[in-house]
Amino acid sequence: MDKTWNNKAWFMVLPVLLLVAFSAVIPLMTVVNYSVQDTFGNNQFFWAGTEWYQEMLHSERFHTALLRNLLFSFTILAIEVPLGILIALNMPRKGWGVPVCLVLMALPLLIPWNVVGTIWQVFGRVDIGLLGRTLSQLGIHYNYVQNPLHAWITVIVMDVWHWTSLVVLLCYAGLVSIPDAFYQAAKIDGASRWAIFRYIQLPKMNRVLLIAVLLRFMDSFMIYTEPFVVTGGGPGNSTTFLSIDLVKMAVGQFDLGPAAAMSIIYFLIILALSWVFYTVMTSYDAER
Amino acid sequence: MLELRNVSKVVGGKTHLSDISLKLEHGTLNVLLGPTLSGKTSLMRIMAGLDVPTSGSLWFDGKDRTGVPVQKRSVAMVYQQFINYPAFTVYENIASPMRVAGIDSATIDREVRKTAELLKLTPYLDRMPLNLSGGQQQRTALARAIVKNARLVLLDEPLANLDYKLREELRAELPKLFAASGAIFVYATTEPLEALLLGGNTAALSEGRVTQFGRTIDVFRQPADLITAQTFADPPLNTIAVEKKDGAFHLEGDINFAVPADWRGIQDGAYVMGFQPHHLSFERSGKDAFAIRAKIIATEITGSESYIHLAFANVRWSMLARGVHELNAGEIVDLALDPRNLMIFDAGGNSVIRRQKLAA
Amino acid sequence: MARIELDHIRHAYGPNPKSDADYALKEVHHTWEDGGAYALLGPSGCGKTTLLNIISGLIHPSHGQILFNGQDVTDLSTQERNIAQVFQFPVIYDTMTVYDNLAFPLRNRGVAEADVDRKVRETLEMIDLADWVNKKARGLTADQKQKISLGRGLVRSDVNAILFDEPLTVIDPHMKWILRSQLKELHRRFGFTMVYVTHDQTEALTFAQKVVVMYEGEIVQIGTPSELFERPKHTFVGYFIGSPGMNVVPVEIEGKQARFGGQTVDLPGAPDMPAAKGRMELGIRPEYVRLGREGMPVSIAKVEDIGRHKIVRTQLEGQEIAVILAEDEDVPADPHIVFDTKGINVYADSWRVAWGG
Repeated sequence: MDKTWNNKAWFMVLPVLLLVAFSAVIPLMTVVNYSVQDTFGNNQFFWAGTEWYQEMLHSERFHTALLRNLLFSFTILAIEVPLGILIALNMPRKGWGVPVCLVLMALPLLIPWNVVGTIWQVFGRVDIGLLGRTLSQLGIHYNYVQNPLHAWITVIVMDVWHWTSLVVLLCYAGLVSIPDAFYQAAKIDGASRWAIFRYIQLPKMNRVLLIAVLLRFMDSFMIYTEPFVVTGGGPGNSTTFLSIDLVKMAVGQFDLGPAAAMSIIYFLIILALSWVFYTVMTSYDAER
Repeated sequence: MLELRNVSKVVGGKTHLSDISLKLEHGTLNVLLGPTLSGKTSLMRIMAGLDVPTSGSLWFDGKDRTGVPVQKRSVAMVYQQFINYPAFTVYENIASPMRVAGIDSATIDREVRKTAELLKLTPYLDRMPLNLSGGQQQRTALARAIVKNARLVLLDEPLANLDYKLREELRAELPKLFAASGAIFVYATTEPLEALLLGGNTAALSEGRVTQFGRTIDVFRQPADLITAQTFADPPLNTIAVEKKDGAFHLEGDINFAVPADWRGIQDGAYVMGFQPHHLSFERSGKDAFAIRAKIIATEITGSESYIHLAFANVRWSMLARGVHELNAGEIVDLALDPRNLMIFDAGGNSVIRRQKLAA
Repeated sequence: MARIELDHIRHAYGPNPKSDADYALKEVHHTWEDGGAYALLGPSGCGKTTLLNIISGLIHPSHGQILFNGQDVTDLSTQERNIAQVFQFPVIYDTMTVYDNLAFPLRNRGVAEADVDRKVRETLEMIDLADWVNKKARGLTADQKQKISLGRGLVRSDVNAILFDEPLTVIDPHMKWILRSQLKELHRRFGFTMVYVTHDQTEALTFAQKVVVMYEGEIVQIGTPSELFERPKHTFVGYFIGSPGMNVVPVEIEGKQARFGGQTVDLPGAPDMPAAKGRMELGIRPEYVRLGREGMPVSIAKVEDIGRHKIVRTQLEGQEIAVILAEDEDVPADPHIVFDTKGINVYADSWRVAWGG
């Protein structure tokens, strides 16, 4: 809907535009610049064309990191979304329990990423960590430093612990907006618990769920800090996600060209997937 | 004076308003009457400056104000929902527009108390709006609109969420409250009776068009076209196809009557005849009244009046009769209709020579 | 369908109610006939919704019992009571088609699909939505959605009562007419027990055979529309029903006459005066006041022309008296009013006094 015009609005937006230019647009341009050149140090650059892109697209290393990343994203979505809905459904709707639950739910979201990583890194250690020691005393040979599966489980559990709250809060917001009359009507119609969920609660949560999925997908696809702190991408390369790999390549091996090409491809993948989500959401809205 | 010149509003290919021209004078109450989605709210948003028309312009006191945002206009608005600041007391709610305007607190205090007295809110000044009844909440919102002393006051179905009797009381107070201020009042409603009770002028809206604008009672008595007549009828207008031939109107059921003087000059052919439900009667009222035999479908008694649903030929009519008439469904009754009360519309739905005003 | 007995029902929302004032619903003790159409009418906060919720089972009354066909259902849940309810805002299952919406209550109860189909098609015919079978319910207009809510109650053959909680709030005036007459038609044809809550007198009076007028947690009168109009038991009923409401004038009673100011009005009989003579009032509806050249002289304060008639606000001895004038009648130059004897009621402490000898 078009609103009344007010030219002053541009002045208000200007600082943000400048900020975005310096923090996003210019660095992005630099990266594009790197991705089409080669360097042997000494600040000497040579034109490389699409060479790095071709190399990256055919690189085994990139493929496995990408697959790993997709697997990770879909795993955490498959856990966090149903779990979040389940918790939201069981949260109280009235009384003193509401603020208590909301604060509890918000807590993990308030902790900085690297702190989350550190917490779990310590928590899972076999020698001093509460979780690690308990498990090993129960006879389970849990060791995320050496066992890739254990490392994966640890990273996933950590992400679930950290982010399920977001899904819960979004779903809860959708649920409390349903008027009481709907539940009363459903009771009168003799609807089962499942039918109430399927025909009343789920349709009303649809939109927030799409937002939750979009946010969680983008975020998990870009995950870096927590696994880096806990596993450092190991053991081996088992938890080396795209972002970790990228940093290894750029900072560790100083392969600026390939790293730049990779980050551009990485960026385009996220953009494309987000666009798909966005289209799905808007077409859903249009249908309503 | 607020003037709209050929205002249209198209959103996403859908026409919300189409070619509306209106002139509203200071110190008048103007009702926008139409069903849901007829464009009342869209029109108000444009008047307020919340929206820009797709084409056309908006003039206030001779100056083009199209595109001037709402903050820069002197506008107050009251909505169907009771909108107050929940964290402020009633006093602070009423004071808020004056605080924004930077008026000194002595004046504010005086104005707030005066307006609260007017709206019977004095005992509740220290209360929070959410602890009040719906009527009191809406009074608070109205008080805020009054102290703002705006040149244009827009009321969007302000009484729709209130109890019937409360609505009656506030409706009687509203014109008095605003009469003194000299502002332009625009009041949107879906209810014809509300428009009649408020008086003033009425713009009848249908599908984004203003079908007629004039004194409320004139629009009611002499609608320009069928759509206006239907918009302005509650219970719904009765209609039937008629044919004018050899100096008489013929309608189904072998009924015909001499063409009343008003329509003698019109061409022979097919027309639509309309009349208000209260113009059907059990007794022959005027000397020209003609008889109609209809079947009772249902009767509803309101105490002083009876609403009677009828079947005549292949149309359904309703009748509003004074007194209690207990009639059984299926019964056949003889009714009378005075041709003075008819409205005749041509094939395009336009009124053919507007009905003469009844002896006033 | 069922007969509903309300046996000494009282309800308080807070714990440990002590005085009458703590009760949202003071004693209600009535029997509502099987197949009757009842309306609960009153301003907000009068207890009408509380009473409806007690019938539907959403609220357990603090005292008393509720019986359907003689069977105590006080402790039964909403589902077990087998009632249908239409709410203020349409409740429909957005993602389902119109057909599935109606089939929903039957399928939940495990009814065979062939019977479901038969009942749903019958009901769609009844509520005039047969052409909409496969449409998604969310694209419908408000009145169609309300019909679906109603239809979900009508499909079940075992329903005890259909409850309506201000069902026409979101409906345009023209549609209100049509929906109301369809509802009446359904009631006439199928004889459902219906209870209809509203604050709108027109809706209540036109819908119901018996209107239950409530005020401050009490039932002040139950009667047919014409009883409520002609013989309001309480001045509140006189005020609440009719627009404008009944004119009420403080008077002194002497035998078959009422006096106020310098005026004397003849009464249809001598009121059967209560032992302790309280505050006396005379009530007369605007419809029974005749404006002409004879009678008590009045001044005209305001004339409201509302199309089908005029409301004339007159002043008599410092009292406002509203008069209704037909569309084609005019206010005379030297206005006087006369009270039509058959429209006069006398009230002692707001309650109507019967006529004695």
